[in-house]
Amino acid sequence: MSTDVSTSSTNVAGVVRPQGLLGVPLAVEPLNRKDFTSDQEVRWCPGCGDYAILAAFLGFMPELGIKRENTVIVSGIGCAARFPYYVDTYGMHSIHGRAPAIATGVATAREDLAVFVVTGDGDSLSIGGNHLIHALRRNVNITILLFNNRIYGLTKGQYSPTSEAGKVTKSTPLGSVDAPFNPLSLALGAEASFVARTIDSDRKHLTEVLTQAAAHRGASFVEIYQNCPIFNDGAFDELKDVETADASVIRLVHGEPITFAGGRLGVHRTANGELEVVEVAEVGTEALVVHDAHAEDPAYAFALSRLSASGAVTRSPIGVLRDVQRPVYDDQVRDQVATASGGRTATEQDLQQVILGRDAWTVAG
Amino acid sequence: MTTVQPLDRVVIRFAGDSGDGMQLTGDRFTADSALFGNDISTLPNFPAEIRAPQGTLPGVSSFQVHFANYDIMTPGDRPDVLVAMNPAALKANIADLPRGGVIIADTAEFTKRNLSKVGYETDPLTDDSLADYQVHGLDLTGMTVAAVKEFGLNRKDSSRAKNMFALGLLSWMYHRPVEHTIGFLGEKFAKKPEIRDANITAFKTGYAFGETTEAFAVRYEVAPAPMPPGDYRQISGNVALAYGLMTGAQKAGLPLFLGAYPITPASDVLHELSKHKKLGVTTFQAEDEIAAVGAALGASFAGHLGVTTSSGPGIALKAETIGLGVMTELPLVVCDIQRAGPSTGMPTKTEQSDLLQVMFGRNGEAPVPVLAAQSPSDCFDTAVEAVRIAVTQRTPVFVLTDGYLANGAEPWKVPDISSIDPIDPAFATEPNGTDAKGEPTYLPYLRDPETLARPWAIPGTPGLEHRIGGIEKAEGTGNVSYDPANHDYMVRMRQEKVDRLADRLPELGVDDPDGDARVLVLGWGSTYGPITAAVRRVRNTGRSIAQTHLRHLNPFPRNLGEVLRSYEVVVVPEMNLGQLAMLLRAKYLVDVHSYTRVRGLPISLSELAVDLQTEIDNLPGEEN
Repeated sequence: MSTDVSTSSTNVAGVVRPQGLLGVPLAVEPLNRKDFTSDQEVRWCPGCGDYAILAAFLGFMPELGIKRENTVIVSGIGCAARFPYYVDTYGMHSIHGRAPAIATGVATAREDLAVFVVTGDGDSLSIGGNHLIHALRRNVNITILLFNNRIYGLTKGQYSPTSEAGKVTKSTPLGSVDAPFNPLSLALGAEASFVARTIDSDRKHLTEVLTQAAAHRGASFVEIYQNCPIFNDGAFDELKDVETADASVIRLVHGEPITFAGGRLGVHRTANGELEVVEVAEVGTEALVVHDAHAEDPAYAFALSRLSASGAVTRSPIGVLRDVQRPVYDDQVRDQVATASGGRTATEQDLQQVILGRDAWTVAG
Repeated sequence: MTTVQPLDRVVIRFAGDSGDGMQLTGDRFTADSALFGNDISTLPNFPAEIRAPQGTLPGVSSFQVHFANYDIMTPGDRPDVLVAMNPAALKANIADLPRGGVIIADTAEFTKRNLSKVGYETDPLTDDSLADYQVHGLDLTGMTVAAVKEFGLNRKDSSRAKNMFALGLLSWMYHRPVEHTIGFLGEKFAKKPEIRDANITAFKTGYAFGETTEAFAVRYEVAPAPMPPGDYRQISGNVALAYGLMTGAQKAGLPLFLGAYPITPASDVLHELSKHKKLGVTTFQAEDEIAAVGAALGASFAGHLGVTTSSGPGIALKAETIGLGVMTELPLVVCDIQRAGPSTGMPTKTEQSDLLQVMFGRNGEAPVPVLAAQSPSDCFDTAVEAVRIAVTQRTPVFVLTDGYLANGAEPWKVPDISSIDPIDPAFATEPNGTDAKGEPTYLPYLRDPETLARPWAIPGTPGLEHRIGGIEKAEGTGNVSYDPANHDYMVRMRQEKVDRLADRLPELGVDDPDGDARVLVLGWGSTYGPITAAVRRVRNTGRSIAQTHLRHLNPFPRNLGEVLRSYEVVVVPEMNLGQLAMLLRAKYLVDVHSYTRVRGLPISLSELAVDLQTEIDNLPGEEN
């Protein structure tokens, strides 16, 4: 596990503080979901997947055991970006695509804050693509929740960078000719140290994944399949309908063989190293890939991410694809400052000396 | 026998190929002159290309230094001495040298091939075409190579020390002290002893050559300039800006967080600040200009002093985030080291053409205070003031400097930091209102009745959790609001908050020693030097002229309208097409005379002096 219990600490309620939250003060009294619920009326469309995500988030936050006032949620623009208003912590609803950049400033400035980014597929994969990949590359200690509804909702239904090819929308009456991103592949290509996917409708799984994401030190990337009932209703039905879900959702559990469809299908590594879906009966359980989220080589997680085609949800891996430790940007920045300053706050005399420089001269009075 | 002639002032231009080390040579001559006690002013001028093809006109890099025994205002329009390390350097600069000027040229580089590269059919050093000048053709390369032979370097490395030979020779000619440069070279090349020894030897040999040769009949002396007592150092605008930001942060008790993306001519501010982690400075080299300002704003939200530095093209990219800073009313200092535009323009050349961009270059009504520095050392004071306004008013603030100030250097009387007033961030720690249920609550947009600044509660403060963002805020609560009357009110409040700053700014003073001037010359930013020098020249002709200079461009000083209306003619020199003039005309309905030069160089003081005299002489009733 990425969580190193030996360096964790607990509060009076016995809450364990994982690596990702080291430095964030623990709440003295246990908190509940009501403490995290703001007084603002939630204004998403009826039936929007965002409600379920918010509910799971409000339930999961108290479990972290950290102080509410040391939590910051930064969002960009889009339906999902209204999220911070509904959580009674510190928050900023910023501008389109820039939340990872702003969150990088917050997280680098303050070790004692738990920083979340809430974004959507347009916000972080289109206009803000640059900031997303660089936050992941740097491994800033933030948790990114990407609500992927595969459509532009707030602007009323244009295709997004995760919409399937050929999608007919207001801006693509003859069908989209854009090739979509696979967000997991993108995150892995950007050197992300924690990459996961979950579904809005599966609260238990959503909570589990978010908990692991918050526990991870470094940038955690969580793609959340989220239904937009107005402009892209049913985009994930294949993963939710009882009849099809079984054969379409590939649940990943660290240390266990990858099987789905009630154990009928599984993931097998071919002789040339590729992953393929096979009938378990044909190869035997022992020939299945045992999921290792901590594999150093990202090629394995990347291969998992490709089990579903870009722009399609059939055979979507769900769960934590990758969870590895590597140096964290903001920790290292703070370490450099702390080492240089020897941990002491600079005085006015220190500054005066620097400004005077080494080649000063004195004009006598 | 060499005679010694005292001079009041000298302008030297070192010119050579981009790889010839002309910037270093100029820097060293400047440092030695400053340490000697002269007043100095410098103008580095280099191509954007790091190494343009060798020996070509686009590859010429130059450094002009003006040093004097009195307080000078500019690096000088025209050099007295031109050091030309190759034919391209001569050709690119000869037009600026007045007749009778001194040329020192490295004959080793005046080969047929190098001459033809720049279109010389015959060698100008020997074909009499430079008969009006005092030409000293010297084999600088050859003498350098011979002098450093003992260190076993190859010819290329040996000849690279020729700039130090030239510096040694000029140091002899102008009685410069040598020990500082020797010490400097010792440190710079400490890890490469043979290069270090070669450079020091070349420098000393150049000096000794001056002493022994009979080529130079005259040696010059420029006495130290009288300066008020105190500790002095040489400073460039970018370094002064960095120090000012650090000082402002220190005075506010806030850690400094710089978000920046490399861009000419602003990168040196990033370089300088990144050296000072020991003082608690954090620098973030972002993936782009937008992330740079975004991270800075995030750091401000978290309670640090967020700063971003850039130049015109980068400022354009930051515009949306600066608007977010206006809406969220968070402290943010944005430094625009202006360069010639539009678009990529001329990255290494100076201009003042971003004034309207920083005033208005955002969507919506998004007022931002704007300050401009007038000299390299003034970048320090301007930065401290910008931090003060940003922190106390909770607003983005623009600092305008430009390429000329950024790279130019002058002596600076180092201020006593303890004499600068502290800056109080006054973080909110307690609820400041009550909610509908009568419970204590935090109202993030409850303004100070006098300054209109909002409270600043940072994450980690219990009980003051709140959300801010780019959507219009309801007065007081800061909740999302689409209420028409609230929007009208908030738009006006944000404007009023900036306008009211003028109440706390000093009134604009005017320098009008005779009290009878009819013409006022009004500038802003780096034109201060050339304007002041031109005004001196005009006054020396017996004419009266008044001068004033704006530090505060938004809001303007409260008496500016009165000042403008006190003179028959107001001349506004700018390195743009009249951007300040447009603002003045719009706000005060005064038909100022716009005087514009956009050559990528500081305004010529001699040209300006003549034009100002014409303005005066054209007034009815003037007899001059």
